[in-house]
Amino acid sequence: MTDKKEWPLWEVFIRSQHGLAHRHVGSLHAPDAEMAIMNARDVYTRRNEGVSIWVVKASDIAASSPGDKGPLFDPANSKVYRHPTFYEIPEELGHM
Amino acid sequence: MYAQMVKTGVEHIRSKDEMSPEERAFQDRIDADIKIEPKEWMPEAYRKTLIRQISQHAHSEIIGMQPEGNWITRAPTLERKAILLAKVQDEAGHGLYLYCAAETLGVSRDELLEQLNSGKAKYSSIFNYPTLTWADIGAIGWLVDGAAIMNQVPLQRCSYGPYSRAMIRICKEESFHQRQGYDAMTKLARGTPEQKQMAQDALNRWWWPSLMMFGPSDADSVHSAQSMRWKIKINSNDELRQKFVDQTVPQAEYLGLTVPDPDLKWNAERGHYDFGAIDWDEFYQVIAGNGPCNRQRLRTRVKAYEEGQWVRDAADAYAAKKAARAQVKAA
Repeated sequence: MTDKKEWPLWEVFIRSQHGLAHRHVGSLHAPDAEMAIMNARDVYTRRNEGVSIWVVKASDIAASSPGDKGPLFDPANSKVYRHPTFYEIPEELGHM
Repeated sequence: MYAQMVKTGVEHIRSKDEMSPEERAFQDRIDADIKIEPKEWMPEAYRKTLIRQISQHAHSEIIGMQPEGNWITRAPTLERKAILLAKVQDEAGHGLYLYCAAETLGVSRDELLEQLNSGKAKYSSIFNYPTLTWADIGAIGWLVDGAAIMNQVPLQRCSYGPYSRAMIRICKEESFHQRQGYDAMTKLARGTPEQKQMAQDALNRWWWPSLMMFGPSDADSVHSAQSMRWKIKINSNDELRQKFVDQTVPQAEYLGLTVPDPDLKWNAERGHYDFGAIDWDEFYQVIAGNGPCNRQRLRTRVKAYEEGQWVRDAADAYAAKKAARAQVKAA
């Protein structure tokens, strides 16, 4: 093995056929963005899984840390009034 | 299996009282079927065992391309050739999904490949057997992929998020592998007497190595017990092997082929097939590097890597040139 530095890691996002948002599907190594897209096509869309590919260098992604889960997400727990099921609508009104 | 006899580094299973608070919280989450994700706290032994297991699985996919690749240029029809090409390409893809999952545990891709190329890392015993005839391609899809599916389906529910997601993708694709193999066997079994004999010969040679894929009985193994506690192993080796035999014997009968085991017999009381003793000496020999093709597999792998160096160098040079041009433009 040569001691070349490893190719950067790219995270791959694919938009499926049905007009949904790009979704994270996995990662791969490639020397540049162009090759990353070509590799992503071969690795992640062998069965018509997508109509569009995004690749992002993994080192460019900022992520929340697992330890912050509480402060970030707990406040939403107590806000049940944000859900439609919080409200009771008289049955005779039918669907709302 | 694709990962066989994975060691955990533990000597006994610790009760929750013996665990540190962090470790207890970790085990509680696993017991509650909550997935563990990459940056979260995990015991060092869990991380190391997973790296071993996932990378062994990945290496198996990569080496597994060789026995089948052997027949691409000699497939009997253009359609069979296209199918085989697609299957071998899938195996490469599966290897890549799994390397990605392993990397989330803090090991680098180059380290993993170096372990494979240097012969330090193991891969499944099954890929050290030769593919002597076209029927072997059918037998591999039917039996080897069939055995792999037995193990991979439950692993979709394993505790480590990235591994579980890789398994879900792999299982979706794996079913094609098994069906195309059985389809190829069916064609041969219904063909001329010579073709049927070829199918029988492939079954004779692949049956026992396929049963060995599940690994020796691990009923008393502390490593298996620990892995099951961590939910990175879901069923015991014997359980999966029995399931495989029960599923496969009727498929062989349907083809009019004979499973090469004189002791094979339906046991109505157990509701399972009884089967003969497995030659574990052979298994340990293959694991130790003395199977029919161990040296050839590794040599081919290293040669492919070395001969591909100029492609990787060219890609690097091109990326560097483009980056330099972009810089000039921006200036």
